[in-house]
Amino acid sequence: MRALLAHRLAAPVAIALIVVALAFVLPSNFYLRVAALVWISALAVIGLNLLMGFAGQVSLGHAGFFGLGAYAVAVLPAQFSLHPLLALLAGALVCGLIAFVVGRPILRLKGHYLAVATLGFGILIAMAIANESWLTGGPDGMPVSRLTLFGWRVRGASTWYWITGALLVLGAWLAVNLVASPTGRALRALHDSEVAARVAGVDVAHYKLIVFVISAVYASVAGSALALVNGFVTPDSANFIHSIELVTMVVLGGMGSVFGSLVGAAILVVLPQVLTTFHDYEHLLLGLMMMVIMIVLRSGIVPSLAALIRRTRP
Amino acid sequence: MPDFLQFCVSGLTVGAVYALVALGFTIIYNASDVVNFAQGEFVMIGGMTTVFITAAGVPLHFAIPAAILAAMVIGLLLHRLAIEPARGASAVTLIIITIGASIFLRGGAQIVFDKQFHSLPAFSGDTPVMIGGAAVLPQSFWVLGGAAVIVALLWFFFNRTLLGKAVLATAANRLAARLVGINTSFVVGFSFVLSAAIGAIAGILVAPITLTSYDIGALLALKGFAAAMLGGMGNPLGAIVGGLAVGLLEALGAGYISSTYKDAIAFIVILAVLFVLPGGFFGRASTERV
Repeated sequence: MRALLAHRLAAPVAIALIVVALAFVLPSNFYLRVAALVWISALAVIGLNLLMGFAGQVSLGHAGFFGLGAYAVAVLPAQFSLHPLLALLAGALVCGLIAFVVGRPILRLKGHYLAVATLGFGILIAMAIANESWLTGGPDGMPVSRLTLFGWRVRGASTWYWITGALLVLGAWLAVNLVASPTGRALRALHDSEVAARVAGVDVAHYKLIVFVISAVYASVAGSALALVNGFVTPDSANFIHSIELVTMVVLGGMGSVFGSLVGAAILVVLPQVLTTFHDYEHLLLGLMMMVIMIVLRSGIVPSLAALIRRTRP
Repeated sequence: MPDFLQFCVSGLTVGAVYALVALGFTIIYNASDVVNFAQGEFVMIGGMTTVFITAAGVPLHFAIPAAILAAMVIGLLLHRLAIEPARGASAVTLIIITIGASIFLRGGAQIVFDKQFHSLPAFSGDTPVMIGGAAVLPQSFWVLGGAAVIVALLWFFFNRTLLGKAVLATAANRLAARLVGINTSFVVGFSFVLSAAIGAIAGILVAPITLTSYDIGALLALKGFAAAMLGGMGNPLGAIVGGLAVGLLEALGAGYISSTYKDAIAFIVILAVLFVLPGGFFGRASTERV
C-alpha cells in the first residue's frame, strides 16, 4: 500500500479515479458544474504549487496570468475571429513569454520582496483588463463565444466536466513528471538553499525562470478553460483577491503536493458554495475554517495527514 | 503650483494612513516574523466601532478610546487564539492564518455592523484652510498630526522604556532575549496589541475623509504591505517613508497622469525601486547561511 502511495504516478492516477468516480455519484448538472470549477482551479493550483511548493518561490500575482488566459479566449475570437482553441494556445504562449521577460528581474527578489513584486505585477494586469474597456468590456466583462470542435458545439455541464477533468489529469501527470526530472531535482535543491544549489552547479536563475514560465502557462490554460465553461469573463478572474485565493489553495492542500493541490482547490471552491446557506455567516465561517485547518494541519492537509498515517501505522 | 500642493497634501494624508498600517506590519514582523495580513482590519475596526458607538449617542471623545480598546482586545485575541497555537509553523502557513483571520474579522464586521459606507463628523469642522492656493481640510491636519504624534511616541517607547527595549531585543534575537529573562511570548502579544491600536487610530482619524465600511481592510493591508516592502521590511523608518511615498505617488499619478491607473503608477514605481534596490529603501543586503 505504502509503495503504491509513494509511486510517482500515484497523484495523477488518484485524481483520474476521483474524476471518473464522481461522474457517477454527482446527482445533477449543478454539481457537475461545481466539480468542473474545482478541476479548473486545481489545474492553476498545480502550476502555482510547482513554483511555490517545489521551487520555494512565492507569487501573489498568478491571477494575472489566469486573467490573461481567460481574456485571450474572449478577445481573440471576438476581435480577430480566431478559433477558441488557437486563442487558448495564443494565451498560453503570451503568458509564457511575459513570464519569461518579467521573470528574470522579478525572481532575483527573495521572500516577501518577491511576494510584493508579483503582487504589483498581477495588479498591473488586472488594472489593464478592468480599464481598457474598448478591448475587454471593462468592469462588466464580456461574453465568450461557444467552443465548436469540427462542427460539434461543446456544451452542457457533463461535457465540460469531462474536458476539464481530462485537462486536470494531464496537468497532474505533466507536473509529477517534471518533479521527477533533473529539472525537478534542481528545483528542490534551490528550494532548500539557493547558495548550496549554486555551489552544486545548479543554474539557479535559469531553473527559477523555467518553473515560473511553466506555472504561468498552467494558470493561463486554467483561465481559458474557465472562460470557455462560463461563456463569460469578468476582471474578477485577474484581481489580487483571486491571486491570494490561489496561494491559499496551495498552502491549504499542502505545498509540494500535487494531490494536495486538488484538495486545496476543492475546499476553497466547494466551501463557499456550501456556506451560502449560512448567508451572513459565510465569510465568518470561511475565515474560521481556514484558521483552524492551518493551525491543526500546519503543513497543509495532504502532507499533514500523510505524516499522521505514517506515524500511527509503523 | 497650487495643483501640485493640493495633490501633495491629499497624497500625504492618505500616505500617513498607509504609513501607520506599514508600521503595524513592521512592529509585528520584527517581534514575531509574522506578516500580518489582518492589519488592515484593525483600521476598519477602529473606524466602524467609532461610527457605531457615536451613533448610539456616546460622545466622540469617549467613543474613540472605546474603539481603540476594542481593536486592542481583538489584536490580543488574534495572537492568543490564532498565532500562538501555530507557533513554529512555516511563514507561509502563518500568512494564510492571518488571511483567514482577516476574512473572519470582515465576516464578523458585516454581522456586528452592516454593509453600508459610513462617515464620522470631521473633528474640527469642514471649512478648508487655504495654504499657498491649496484647500486643505482640517481633518488632514488631524491625520498628519496624529501620525506624527504616534511616530514620536513610538520612538520614545522603543528608545527610552524598558518594555520598548525588550521588544527590540526580541526582534534582534528571540533566543538571546529569552536567555536574558525577557518574556518573549508576552512581547509578541504586546506587539499585536500595539499594532492593533495604531491601526485603529489611523482608521478613526481618516474616517471623516475617506469613509469607512466593513471591507476597506483588504486594500489597506495590500497598500500597507507594499509600503513596508518599499521602505525595507522590518525598518520602522522605511515603513513611514514607504507609506508616504505610496500615498504621494498615487495622488500625483492620479492628478497628472491618469486617475484610473493611480494604483498602477504606485506599483510600477515599487517594481522599479525593487529592481534597483532588492531590499527596499532601507533594507539591508541579506546573506544566506548554508
